[in-house]
Amino acid sequence: MPETDHPRMGRPTKGPAFFPTLTLLFLLGPVLAGLLGTLLPSFGLLRPSGAAAFSLEPWTALAEWPGLARSLWLSLKTGVIATLIAFVLAVLLVAGWQGTRWFKVAHGLLSPLLSLPHTAAALGLAFLIAPSGWVARLMSPWATGWNRPPDILVLNDPGGWSLIFGLVLKELPFLLLMLIATLPQLQVRDRTNVATALGYGAVLGWCLTVLPGAYRQTRLPVYAVLAYAISNVDMALILGPTAPPVLSIQILNAMNDPDLGLRAPAAAAALLQLVLVLVALIIWKAGEVAGATCVQALLWRGARGNSLAFRALKPIGLSTVTATAVLLFSGLLAHFLWSVTGRWRFPDVLPQSFKTRTWDRAGEDLLFTGFTTVSLAFLVAVVALALVIGCLETEHRRGRAMGTGGVLILYIPLILPQISFLPGLQILLLLAGVNHGIWPVAVAHLVFVLPYVFLTLAGPFRAWDRRLATVASALGHSQQSILWRVKLPMMLAPILIAIAIGMAVSVGQYLPTLLASGGRVETLTTEAIALASGGNRREIGVWAITLTFAAWIPFLFAYALPALMFRNRKGMTNG
Amino acid sequence: MDKAASQSGLTLSDLSVYRRSGEKLLQVNAHVLPGRTLTIMGPSGIGKSTLLAAITGTLSPDFRCSGSVRLNDRELMQVPPEKRRLGILFQDHLLFPHFSVAQNLAFGLPPRTKHRRARVEQALEDIDLKGFASRDPASLSGGQRARVALMRMLLSEPEALLLDEAFSRLDQDLRARMRRLVFAKAEQAQLPVIMVTHDQEDAEAAAGDILRFPPPLAT
Amino acid sequence: MRLTAILAAGVFATAALAETPSPAPNPDNWDAVLQDANGETVYWNAWGGSPQTNDFIAWVGQRVKDEHGVTLKHVKLSDTADAVSRVIAEKSAGKTNGGAVDMIWINGANFAAMKDADLLFGPFAEALPNWKFVDADGKTVTTDFTVPTEGYESPWAMAQVVFIYDSETLPNPPKSAAALLDWAQANPGRFTFPQPPDFLGGTFLKQMLIELADDPSVLQSPAGANYADVTAPLWQWLDALTPSLWRQGRAFPQTGPRQLQLIDDGEIDLAISFSPGEASAAIANDLLPDTARTFVLDGGTLGNASFVAIPFNASAKAGAMVVADFLLSPEAQLRAQTPDILGYGTVLNMDALAASDRDAFAALDLGPATLSPAELGQALPEPHASWMTKIEQDWSTRYGAGN
Repeated sequence: MPETDHPRMGRPTKGPAFFPTLTLLFLLGPVLAGLLGTLLPSFGLLRPSGAAAFSLEPWTALAEWPGLARSLWLSLKTGVIATLIAFVLAVLLVAGWQGTRWFKVAHGLLSPLLSLPHTAAALGLAFLIAPSGWVARLMSPWATGWNRPPDILVLNDPGGWSLIFGLVLKELPFLLLMLIATLPQLQVRDRTNVATALGYGAVLGWCLTVLPGAYRQTRLPVYAVLAYAISNVDMALILGPTAPPVLSIQILNAMNDPDLGLRAPAAAAALLQLVLVLVALIIWKAGEVAGATCVQALLWRGARGNSLAFRALKPIGLSTVTATAVLLFSGLLAHFLWSVTGRWRFPDVLPQSFKTRTWDRAGEDLLFTGFTTVSLAFLVAVVALALVIGCLETEHRRGRAMGTGGVLILYIPLILPQISFLPGLQILLLLAGVNHGIWPVAVAHLVFVLPYVFLTLAGPFRAWDRRLATVASALGHSQQSILWRVKLPMMLAPILIAIAIGMAVSVGQYLPTLLASGGRVETLTTEAIALASGGNRREIGVWAITLTFAAWIPFLFAYALPALMFRNRKGMTNG
Repeated sequence: MDKAASQSGLTLSDLSVYRRSGEKLLQVNAHVLPGRTLTIMGPSGIGKSTLLAAITGTLSPDFRCSGSVRLNDRELMQVPPEKRRLGILFQDHLLFPHFSVAQNLAFGLPPRTKHRRARVEQALEDIDLKGFASRDPASLSGGQRARVALMRMLLSEPEALLLDEAFSRLDQDLRARMRRLVFAKAEQAQLPVIMVTHDQEDAEAAAGDILRFPPPLAT
Repeated sequence: MRLTAILAAGVFATAALAETPSPAPNPDNWDAVLQDANGETVYWNAWGGSPQTNDFIAWVGQRVKDEHGVTLKHVKLSDTADAVSRVIAEKSAGKTNGGAVDMIWINGANFAAMKDADLLFGPFAEALPNWKFVDADGKTVTTDFTVPTEGYESPWAMAQVVFIYDSETLPNPPKSAAALLDWAQANPGRFTFPQPPDFLGGTFLKQMLIELADDPSVLQSPAGANYADVTAPLWQWLDALTPSLWRQGRAFPQTGPRQLQLIDDGEIDLAISFSPGEASAAIANDLLPDTARTFVLDGGTLGNASFVAIPFNASAKAGAMVVADFLLSPEAQLRAQTPDILGYGTVLNMDALAASDRDAFAALDLGPATLSPAELGQALPEPHASWMTKIEQDWSTRYGAGN
């Protein structure tokens, strides 16, 4: 090895990196403390009664939970299948339609739906597809002959298919936008042109030439979706099977049970949930290998993907994605209609009477709570943004991308089921003396907002042309000057999107808000979840609409502001 | 070393670049006099651009370098990139897309320059782009962009010039004119120039020493 | 494991040193309580799923602010367990003072668990000035699921099981376990109940057990070796009923309100409720058709009270007591019983009230779907809490595990 002397960008960067350390602290501190707070009770320590002795009894109690095996299987099945379907549909749409006008329409339709809260989506869907729901009302009684709703098991089916349906619907926009975000760096047009010239059909050509690269970059978001799909509570509560429910609901029920003795097995179950997520990731990894092998096999067989079956994939992609958008929007419309409904019974297509009472009653609360929610979300998103930019800039200056370990750490909060570590986090915050109020909530939100902000910004930051920095430093500009005058202004669009996504994530947090604030900080989501427990569709409608709107406003800014500021800068529109 | 130290111009002494694995890519010993051009030629992937990055101090962490770079009696290896006073031009011209043409030029002016606006106006006139001050760089033609990039670099008052395939994106006719302009400016300011290219005509137009590298053993 | 224990002790015990409890207000010195309460902010953790309840709590807040300078904040919960969890977490962290929860809407098993774990402040209830109006002899306000309250919680509303039905589609509802089974088998898919361990679902099972058990009096003692024998008739009955339930018993509504929604959607004809006034309030709020009515079973139905309790580490104990006392005032009780407001039964003894208050209660129109006290009859006492726990677990194994 020769003497290696390598001044890189500017000052030699040695010693502790301030931002990555701080970020790790914010991410891992709460998560590890939280996990400890779950691990200990699951082995008989840290009991509510104060008694503490190591024991495996929580685990043996867990083993006797009714339907545990089936719950595990249902969680795994619904999560994996939903993620797979959503991913395949996203690929089909992009592969078959990228660059067309239809693609733009579909993209435009789905983008705002990213901010749709899971609970609102699930409730909207539930009202659409229930036997007494909107679809049935549209068809009854003239087509179906139903004057009363039929006794058909659609929602909450024991096989979990309505949950899978809901998860696909909600995750499809996210995966699609993540996939689209990778495309600018993949010279898609060149690649697909070559494939077309060689006689490949659109879908197969795209899958062979673009997908491998695109998948490499969307892999982690896909894992996050998978982990969410397996461990989510909000959608499973509304659409999922009930006898037995998925594991996450079993845990929730046990945690909420008045019998405090169930908390220890619930903690054990929360760890089991974590194991389940890891199992699913392993299964998914195996699926990746199998998928790659299939693609290889197609390649060697010389398939061109022009057969009828392959050509049919194209319309399937567009139509399912359009149907997704239509369903989600119909759900929102239904929420709105209910929010102004007096009476509305089956089989009427529209409400029999309209009332503004629900809005009137919520009015002042909405404004006040909405303001708290959005301010908190903005605060958290901006702090996360500062940390992420600090990390990415450190990475840029050190010239070393965060290793796999770093990326995994970042993903831990997204992959860990919230129920596995939030109760422990609550105790940590109490010990730290931050009892209630806005700050502990902000810290708890930060754990979940940081990863999303990082994910959104890492791509554009890493894809940024380093030669611009070379040019600027050759022009005599310091690192600091380059960051503030060149890089950040050029990144305005992705930065605003990252803030919007971060805010949407913060707005949607329920458990972290509740646990960290001791219930003393009300946000739109805590209000909405409390009201949703009362099942009144009018109330749910008001809050679902407001919540969606609150999460959507930052996106509006994120799209409008760069367009306005750089309206005379063509070079900024595709960057 | 001592001999080089006393000379003005750009001196590369045993400047070597390696992959992180330790595999050596290039080693260069050269002295470029003010107003003269050293052309480095060789096939793609051999490490020519990496060598320039070593000189500007912006080497990517996948590479290492050793040896010395001296510019007019200053040893550059431990100097941060922004203090090295080296101008560089790339084939893509790399105007900052969020700035107007005038802002791009102003960005090159050293901090304590007086009469900045007037200097920028004058610079635009020098490259026949009077009236282009508030234009969007994306709306310029390739030749216009190349001239703005060149002028921006010159405004930063560099002491040496590095050209990384700077002309390869331009068409035949434009390419010749741009070359003339760059070399004329370099000579006028008495700047030593190192040009990386794989184009024979570029090398001939530079009319200086040529360093040719054999194809790499691997790849 | 020793290592984790040490780690845990280190991590979780440090704060315990810092807190020294401030002297708790003495409920017997009410003037001092009022003085302490003035200017305090009370965080009342209560279920927030009903806008009517939320409005009522907001009204209480307005009144105690005007009257006593107490600021009342409603922490809207989706489940009472959230508040219990918070207090437990605070206790684990050694936080014996300045807790986030000042008052909880509570009863039954949650109360038993908190009292058992020494998580409650008290006794205070019987020292409240308005306790003199409470019908402590006639109503089950001093025991909660057979557990003596001993002043650790203060009652504020009476509840009794009723069944809600739509008189238009079901003119003659079944009023016994046997009739219910016959009717369900003749009309499959038209009945269901909230899935145990939901509170209301568990209550339905208990209600049926009381009627089906050979000797319901054993239910007042903890469940023991007799459990299997006593509950056998219930499982026999459920085995016969379940296939005729809504969705053939393969899915259940998760909560009481969702079950009520199913009536309004026309999916079911009959639903259990724990509030005699719920149907009238729901009609007034457009949540049920105005043909909805209620009935009680021929053998009578379960009754209990809703309480408020104060955690041991509450920040505003005096303020919480003032709110608890206000809830017992004739003014608050009358408002709570008004059908389009809450429709909750009063805990007060009419004979103890001033004549004008008594008249006001008598003049109250309880609404179209609310039974008179005579029709409701004497409420049956709640079985010991252990029965509910065991039945719910058993039910989940038999019907809730997908076998």
